[in-house]
Amino acid sequence: MTTTTQAAGEVSYLEAISQALDEEMARDERVFLMGEDIGAYGGAFKITEGFLEKYGEWRVLDTPLCESGFVGAAIGAAMMGLRPVVEMQFADFISCAFDQITEVAAKNHYRWGAAVPMVIRAPFGGGVHGGPFHSECPEGWFFHSPGLKLVAPSTPYDAKGLLKAAIRDPNPVIYFEHKFLYRRIKSSLPEEDYIVPLGKADIKRTGNDISVITYGAMVHLALEAAQTLAHEGIDLEVVDLRTLIPLDKEAIYSSVSKTSKAIVLHEDNKTGGVGAEIAALLAEDCFDCLDGPIVRIAPPDTPVPFSTPLEEFFLPKASDVVAAARRLAAY
Amino acid sequence: MDCAVIAKEIKRDDLLQMYYYLRLTRALEDRITALYRQGRIVGGVYTSHGMEAIAVGYASALERDDIIAPFHRDMGAFLIRGFTPGEVLAQYLGKRTGPTKGKDGNVHMGDLKRGVFGFVSHLADNLPVAAGAALAFKIRGESRVAFAGTGDGGSSRGDFHEAMNFAAVRKLPVVFFCNNNQYAYSTPLRLQMAVADVVDRAKAYGMPGEIVDGNDVAAVYVAAKQAIARARAGEGPTFLEFKTMRMHGHSEHDPAKYVPRELLEEWKMKDPILKAEQLLQSLGYGEERYFQEVVDRVKREVEAGVEFAQQSPLPEGPEVLIGVFADSADSH
Ligand SMILES: Cc1ncc(C[n+]2csc(CCOP(=O)(O)OP(=O)(O)O)c2C)c(N)n1
Repeated sequence: MTTTTQAAGEVSYLEAISQALDEEMARDERVFLMGEDIGAYGGAFKITEGFLEKYGEWRVLDTPLCESGFVGAAIGAAMMGLRPVVEMQFADFISCAFDQITEVAAKNHYRWGAAVPMVIRAPFGGGVHGGPFHSECPEGWFFHSPGLKLVAPSTPYDAKGLLKAAIRDPNPVIYFEHKFLYRRIKSSLPEEDYIVPLGKADIKRTGNDISVITYGAMVHLALEAAQTLAHEGIDLEVVDLRTLIPLDKEAIYSSVSKTSKAIVLHEDNKTGGVGAEIAALLAEDCFDCLDGPIVRIAPPDTPVPFSTPLEEFFLPKASDVVAAARRLAAY
Repeated sequence: MDCAVIAKEIKRDDLLQMYYYLRLTRALEDRITALYRQGRIVGGVYTSHGMEAIAVGYASALERDDIIAPFHRDMGAFLIRGFTPGEVLAQYLGKRTGPTKGKDGNVHMGDLKRGVFGFVSHLADNLPVAAGAALAFKIRGESRVAFAGTGDGGSSRGDFHEAMNFAAVRKLPVVFFCNNNQYAYSTPLRLQMAVADVVDRAKAYGMPGEIVDGNDVAAVYVAAKQAIARARAGEGPTFLEFKTMRMHGHSEHDPAKYVPRELLEEWKMKDPILKAEQLLQSLGYGEERYFQEVVDRVKREVEAGVEFAQQSPLPEGPEVLIGVFADSADSH
């Protein structure tokens, strides 16, 4: 396991997460990990491989199979001054801990002033043939629950910096890491300690014609579409939200006031998703600067299917973005 | 109890049929594993290798009208309920002819007509649901039973405990089981619970429980029969702990390095198929030649299934949109 980044070496999205955990554990002895199979096995996706040997069984706790139980325990430990980082084996199983997250963690500080500094890592998303119970994007459930911060990085740089910021944040943070990106996306990282602040979007590509507002794996789809469209003289701006709560409205508004057209793209189901909120905000606050209808691209309102042709149909594609952008450009 | 003594309570044909299903389960899952290794199956593959006696035993003890809420290593229950190897393979290959028509994969399948509740990944989620089925039987005065299980890992979930408690309070006709295969993914029993036997969890709910040799199909069958009879007689739920060992990794991608090899060697000697053969021989119900016939027969059936599944069409993309809502609840 490497603690410091080789300047020359490329680091995968997965390794970036692993590094963030490792560095934060080394930096702050209050930080500890809990989850199923994260110890000897190193986690279902091997994010915590080697951590047990390095930090011992009281900082890398293998839990029984009880999401509600260990999330509740993390809340308690956080209030007592520790900094728990909990791993959901798959984001889908976060529903088992829903009650603790929405009723206890989210409302604690508002009700009686007790902060809950904890992080829940939730490997989410499709494209991996996981079927309805191993591919979900559950951020919409929590987007609607005040008191939680929601993070969804798209690059190794952001993944590392945002996880560090999440661990240092005094609030309950759900960190949605995209399984599809784990080993597919690589980049080199700074050697020094850095964070990516929560609540700040990032323009992953500047452009003048249409803003694509997105996050997670869909950022890469938008970038792919942007490349295709560049040959046709349609210039996309790709706004990577990076955190969903706090939502960087300023970045969204300033991008859309420049381009005057907006596509909102996400992998969670369409109805009532994060995109619906962004579209509503644009309609409320940016009506005057819009030169075309706000377009939402998202999967249909069905569970995530298993079979390859079904999953391919279900997930948004770069060609969907291309087609929508052409329509908008011509509008 | 001595195997042969238990087995005397079981009809010869029933025992032979259980042997056939043990063999069919093994052959089918071995074939699925091979397909997975060839990269022909995408997604997870969870087998019951070494644990086949549990599902085969309990599903054989149930009546047709009873409901099963199986666990993810209960292939035998699906087969006994009439899921064909071809359908199962089609499910694994994501084909339209699988029970979920490609919507879901592997053992995540069900069919109300055949009395099998669709498996939910979120372990133990189906136990309260099974209790609900039993509640319906009780309300309507039907003599039906629900049979539902999870693993040692799943028995730590809140839903497991809520289901047990609710069923016990209302004396519902449900049998809960746990297949204690000693590991939950990589987590050994000692990190899962502070009691040695999962059956101890039943005590808290005032529910009778029993530890059963999960590698002995006759023992599973007899224990299940007794629990089912109790449920049918209105005496309420029973908890059965089937002790066994998971002989493959959690899923076929997992080499299970965390399991001591000696433990596997020890349990290999207790293989449920081996045990069943010894039993059949001791009762004079079967000998080598017969066993070989069954092996050949299930092999043919599985190969026919592979053929069927491979010939079957994949679903088409827009089929994603079908079936989110039901048109009617009366077609079952
Ligand atoms: C609520 C929930 N959390 C996590 C998982 C991921 N997971 C799948 S199987 C498994 C281990 C299950 O162990 P056990 O119940 O003992 O059954 P076994 O697979 O050993 O037969 C885990 C952690 C899950 N399916 N459901």
